[in-house]
Amino acid sequence: MAPKTAARRMSGIPQPTARTTRKRDEDTGPDVGEGADEWTQAKTLLKPPDQLELTEAELKQEFTRILTANNPHAPQNIVRFSFKEGTYKPISFVDQLAVHFSLVGNMIPKDSDEGRRQNYRAEMTSESSQEDMEVQPSEAEGGEGGEGGKEGEPKEAESQGEVLAAEEVAEGEAEVEVEEVITPKKPTERKLTNQFNFNERASQTFNSPLRDRECQMEPPPRATFSATANQWEIYDAYMYELEKQEKTKEMEKSKGPVAKKTGMRTRRKMTSLESQSDDITKVTQAAKIVERMVNQNTYDDIAQDFKYYEDAADEYRDQEGTLLPLWKFQYDKAKRLAVTALCWNPRYKDLFAVGHGSYDFMKQNRGMLLLYTLKNPSFPEYIFSSECGIMCLDMHVNHPYLVAVGYYDGNVAIYNLKKPQSQPSYKSSAKLGKHSEPVWQVRWQKDDMDNNLNFFSVSSDGRIVSWTLVKNELMHTDIIKLNVEGTTTEGPEELNVYTIGCGTAFDFHKQIDYLFLVGTEEGKIYKCSKTYSSQFLDTFEAHNMAVDAVTWNPYHSKVFMSCSSDWTVKIWDHTIKKPMFVYDLNSAVGDIAWAPYSSTVFAAVTTDGKAHVFDLVINKYEAICNQPVVAKKKNKITHVQFNAIHPIIIVGDDRGQVTCLKLSPNLRKMPKEKKGQEVKRGPEVEVAKLDKLLNLVREVKS
Amino acid sequence: MAEVEETLKRIQNHKGVIGTMVVNAEGIPIRTTLDNSTTVQYAGLLHQLTMKAKSTVRDIDPQNDLTFLRIRSKKHEVMVAPEVPLIPCNRKCSSPL
Repeated sequence: MAPKTAARRMSGIPQPTARTTRKRDEDTGPDVGEGADEWTQAKTLLKPPDQLELTEAELKQEFTRILTANNPHAPQNIVRFSFKEGTYKPISFVDQLAVHFSLVGNMIPKDSDEGRRQNYRAEMTSESSQEDMEVQPSEAEGGEGGEGGKEGEPKEAESQGEVLAAEEVAEGEAEVEVEEVITPKKPTERKLTNQFNFNERASQTFNSPLRDRECQMEPPPRATFSATANQWEIYDAYMYELEKQEKTKEMEKSKGPVAKKTGMRTRRKMTSLESQSDDITKVTQAAKIVERMVNQNTYDDIAQDFKYYEDAADEYRDQEGTLLPLWKFQYDKAKRLAVTALCWNPRYKDLFAVGHGSYDFMKQNRGMLLLYTLKNPSFPEYIFSSECGIMCLDMHVNHPYLVAVGYYDGNVAIYNLKKPQSQPSYKSSAKLGKHSEPVWQVRWQKDDMDNNLNFFSVSSDGRIVSWTLVKNELMHTDIIKLNVEGTTTEGPEELNVYTIGCGTAFDFHKQIDYLFLVGTEEGKIYKCSKTYSSQFLDTFEAHNMAVDAVTWNPYHSKVFMSCSSDWTVKIWDHTIKKPMFVYDLNSAVGDIAWAPYSSTVFAAVTTDGKAHVFDLVINKYEAICNQPVVAKKKNKITHVQFNAIHPIIIVGDDRGQVTCLKLSPNLRKMPKEKKGQEVKRGPEVEVAKLDKLLNLVREVKS
Repeated sequence: MAEVEETLKRIQNHKGVIGTMVVNAEGIPIRTTLDNSTTVQYAGLLHQLTMKAKSTVRDIDPQNDLTFLRIRSKKHEVMVAPEVPLIPCNRKCSSPL
């Protein structure tokens, strides 16, 4: 239609209304009215170049246009996957809604929670000043809905009409509900603001931006500390405190700067020593213990024997006993030296000293002093060596670390076991009056009046000398000179020349301090007193050969015993010139010793390697034990000693070996207990026992 | 010092002794005759055991102290002697029974 109407217009006819033009669509013939324009304008049909070319028939075709509510943009062929059938299926209904504009509003209904809350907040702020009106809090109704509105309205209307409000408030009283969290009292005051003139002006300050300012220190150094609070830790702490206190007390006590200085010096020395010393030195003690442990393991059976073995066969042996060999002590370097002296330590009962030297006049060598302990049979505890053979030794009773020795060259010396040096602490010399012959015996004496240590020595040069340790020096005092009685020869100028006897043994009385016995090479025994230097109290014609040993009986104050190379052992009462008992042992007797547990038991050792034990109570004439002790036949036994508490004896031979033997029960017999009677032990009993024996003998003799 | 060395040597040469070890207060072996791994193992284990034993003994009676510790097993025996003063120091040597 369009082109036609356009064409009509272009005909130049002044444009009638659109209607009229449309009416005239069908008219194609020229009109008279229109004729005026015909000639002004040429009939030109202006077609746009892309106009659709249609036939007339097509042009007349009528198209119906319907207005629907379908959204032309909505898709019409949406398909959805149906899981049930597993295929895509077209959706039947497609949403035709087209949203042209949407705006989210911020209006909330008055009745909703949020609405009521906001209302309330508004009221709160506006009613804070006024206090007239008060809505009484009523019980909260279960339902929260619906009343907020009513509440709000009356409140708003307050400013306009109090009465109205009151009425409505009264009405709404029962229905006023409490806001959820807020206090029961509802401020109903409302600021009266002039609605028309009220101007609120607010301003906001700048909010300074918040900035965190932090400062962190270096964390303090942490260390984990843990400790246990044991009984002993507490104890140690107390002990330490105590020691510190005592030290401070001592420091205070020591007066004078000198003492303090020495104290400081010694302390400094101590610390320097400690810092210098290697860790290994702290192990000395532990090493010793372990060595002993190892030895205990190795010699386990011997140790068990020593402690527990009692020869059961003694019951059948009819009063005879045996000696069970236990340990053998020897040291490499002392192998060729004979044992010249044995001594048990008076305080430490398992420690004994062995002196090594040589009895041979021709072969004089060096000497050794060894101290062994039963706890360690394989190695000596202390070793001292000397250039000259040691002939005798003695240990001090009160100072068990002091050992006095006598040498073959006549010197005497004192060794201090506490000091680690191998040389003696004090030694005599030719200047200081040493003997000119070998020293055969030394004995410690009680401290003299000035509390100086002193000991006696006897030697072949006929002198008995008392040595005193005065201010670190050995001073000697001749006590007695052994003159052979009856041999004074008259010299040319009427001088009496005395032949000097050679002392070979001596022993001091246990109770009577000044009394002592001396045995000589001539076989005589002199009873002497310390106070009389020129004369003997008594003389005994004891033996035919040199007296090897004399010993007082430990219990009986009158009895002593002597032995000699003339194969005899004799027991004497010092008041009687003749011996009480005489025993012939078929071989030179090296040494004798009384048993410490009985007054009637004693042991003797001979050069043929045998040990003899006698018990006078059991058998007055024969030994109850007669046993070869040393392995090789040519080995001579030189010394014997009983142990003070254990039932053992040590025997030294001339090969440098010391054998330890256990006494069987028969040798240790105590007086039998009579039924019903108390068993008496102790010295008196022993003395009585011996007395009885002696009386028998005396009666016989006399 | 030489005495200690001597003693240690004697112990080592004693019949039946397999090895000896000296350990200091912290449990670090100072001297040993065994191989490294064994030494380290024994040192660590025995140190703790000895400490425990010593603690036990002293806990019962603070005036008492551990003298030595023997551990006998089927094959060997281990002997430990801690140093007597407050510086604990272990020693060990083993020997077959």
